[in-house]
Amino acid sequence: MNDCILMDHGEGGAATARLLTEVFLRHLGNPGPLEDAACLPGFDRIAFTTDTFVVRPPFFPGGDIGKLAVCGTVNDLAVMGAVPRWITAAFVLEEGLAISLLDRVVASMAATAREAGVTVVGGDTKVVGRGEADGIFVNTSGVGFLPPQRALSVAACRPGDQVIVSGPVGDHGTAVLLAREGFGLEGEVYSDCQPLGDLAAALLEAAPDIRSMRDPTRGGLATVLVEMASASGVRIRIEEAAVPVRRSVRTACDLLGLDPLYVACEGRLVVVCPPERTDDVLAAARAHPRGREAALIGGVGEGTCGLTLETVHGGRRPLVALEGAQLPRIC
Amino acid sequence: MTIDPHAAAETAYARIASMVNGPLAFMEVCGTHTMAIGRAGLRTRLPDDLRLVSGPGCPVCVTPAVDIERAAALAVEPGVTVATFGDLLRVPGANGTLQEARARGGQVKVVYAATEALDLAEIERTRTVVFVGIGFETTTPTVAATVLRAQSRGVHNFCVLPAFKLVPPAMHALASDPEIRIDGFLCPGHVSSILGTMPYEPVAREHRIPCVVAGFEPLEILSAIEALLLQLEEGRCEVENRYARAVPTQGNPAARAIMDRVFVPCDASWRGIGMLPASGLAFRPEYAEFDALERVPVNVPEVEDLPAGCGCGDVMKGRIQPPECRLFGHRCTPARPVGPCMVSSEGACAAWYKYGGGS
Amino acid sequence: MCLAIPGQVVSIEGRTARVAFGGIARDLATDLLPDLAPGDWVLAHAGFAIQRLEEDDAVETLRLFAEIESLGGPVGSE
Repeated sequence: MNDCILMDHGEGGAATARLLTEVFLRHLGNPGPLEDAACLPGFDRIAFTTDTFVVRPPFFPGGDIGKLAVCGTVNDLAVMGAVPRWITAAFVLEEGLAISLLDRVVASMAATAREAGVTVVGGDTKVVGRGEADGIFVNTSGVGFLPPQRALSVAACRPGDQVIVSGPVGDHGTAVLLAREGFGLEGEVYSDCQPLGDLAAALLEAAPDIRSMRDPTRGGLATVLVEMASASGVRIRIEEAAVPVRRSVRTACDLLGLDPLYVACEGRLVVVCPPERTDDVLAAARAHPRGREAALIGGVGEGTCGLTLETVHGGRRPLVALEGAQLPRIC
Repeated sequence: MTIDPHAAAETAYARIASMVNGPLAFMEVCGTHTMAIGRAGLRTRLPDDLRLVSGPGCPVCVTPAVDIERAAALAVEPGVTVATFGDLLRVPGANGTLQEARARGGQVKVVYAATEALDLAEIERTRTVVFVGIGFETTTPTVAATVLRAQSRGVHNFCVLPAFKLVPPAMHALASDPEIRIDGFLCPGHVSSILGTMPYEPVAREHRIPCVVAGFEPLEILSAIEALLLQLEEGRCEVENRYARAVPTQGNPAARAIMDRVFVPCDASWRGIGMLPASGLAFRPEYAEFDALERVPVNVPEVEDLPAGCGCGDVMKGRIQPPECRLFGHRCTPARPVGPCMVSSEGACAAWYKYGGGS
Repeated sequence: MCLAIPGQVVSIEGRTARVAFGGIARDLATDLLPDLAPGDWVLAHAGFAIQRLEEDDAVETLRLFAEIESLGGPVGSE
């Protein structure tokens, strides 16, 4: 592996996976499968997770680092089927940061926590010298309750299952990229950042035997499906034409040479369910304000594990985890 | 008129299948075609006898290791910021990438247009901004125009590291190589938007290879493949334009004039292929103040272009398909690339690895 | 090798054209196409308008295939 940390190591793709295996898991191990949240041995009904947020700029169309920090952790609990309850919030602040900015971030956290039905029960603040951090970094940890007999797992997908996404993909990553770099692009692109506990609960009520749920954050839809396929030992097939992507997001991605299937969402669920439950999941999602644009995008099949895209032109191609983030390109 | 692209594609697959009666190799000399073919999964639907081979169509893949070493060395020079298209960030020179140079404290800024590098120079007057000038005839006029802007705006802390390449000389060289089989060229669409169709005439005439300018929609590519097959069927070797909506016969004369005003053709080394006569561009003496080679010279040791065992040269010449390289898929993967074709997103090996070759 | 995306010129000021792509707008330098006018369709590459487009999309290609289909009918497809 590389001898120093590169930006790629933080992008949730193949480089992140190697860092996890070659450094973190090698020393720290992991008591269970790598899910979005941990179920604690001996306390089977508790789900626990943590996440750190370093987004630049801290405010972007559709959200901000405070809202994101609550949603990220709440959603990691929600996709396990847990009911998010409590979170903690820790801040690393750079000397010179405007207190008014911090105030706005924390106000946004409070509003989002109310919306998500979680209580902030603890926190921490550290200040580092100017130039030693980028304004504001936020870590949140969260605890949620798992109802009895709930066994959602990234490893539970079975041949015959179907794959649903709760709305258009790529909104968040595109909105942040345009807010940060600009590249001269202007348009109506908003982050989809939203807490998903209520939507996940509604789907599970409609279809208690949902196999697996994930929120496609870093690495986007394709990366999450590759992980599901790999953990479950199945081949997942999705139809290019069925994956919802907003026009402005598609155009921005075209202009920058990005594939929206690999661009982050912060308010979408990917759901794998038995085929007889597909209509229930779709109906429940579409009846919910956070899942109106839900779509059936593909299914789970036999064969060597991995992800295949059926293209609009009748071709077929495998989708694999990318090394790191996609870079804007001219070629 | 509404047309179902899926149905139209099916029609084209069937027609193409009926026209292929033996082994054929068509070369696309454009990485965006390579990407588009892979993304649409076209190879999975074309007859096995019809090989689509990728030529040296990826400007970052053909950028010699020494140029990448030079850019990386500039990035760690005090007072220098290197501005580059994102495409180049992960491509290894002999010792590392620009991304790694940045991780070690080098100043590397990703830009989406050469003009952004010029804007950066105007903001950071105390630093020298070096734009890494990669690209073919599509991109080079944008850099030449930016140099003219820098001159008229009096921005003297902006310069360009010239690593441009010209496509027709490379097509000539490949067509002249007796070891390479090319039954038809898919000519690069956007290079042709600038050059027009004339520069391919000698290739078609002298080497008796049909040339068809192709667009980038999968249907446009299929249409160009059909046109090549039709020429072979009828024994013609002509230049045909199947991307007329973006490629006038004359190209863009204003863009060529700007390119010619700032740059002059020179011999250039193509990574994995070698020195090709008059296939690169150097600054004309009047614009030497914008030449990074003059302005901020750095010493870069001689380096091998490709690591031992790397088949990128043969891949870019179309001699082998990526999986035929000994390193492909085990020692050389996107995670641990050995050669440039595996790194660049539109490199033949990366596209093959990502999208699969066909089966 | 060269991503280029079609857009339509909305307005022009000096050597800058405001160009609309599907849901996204961007300013392009017009140095390489000096006589652009609002309404023109252009190809955008690396921040520049590099060529005028006859058509706004691949309609032409689609028409071509439609003709093929009407001539011979779809072959071997459903």
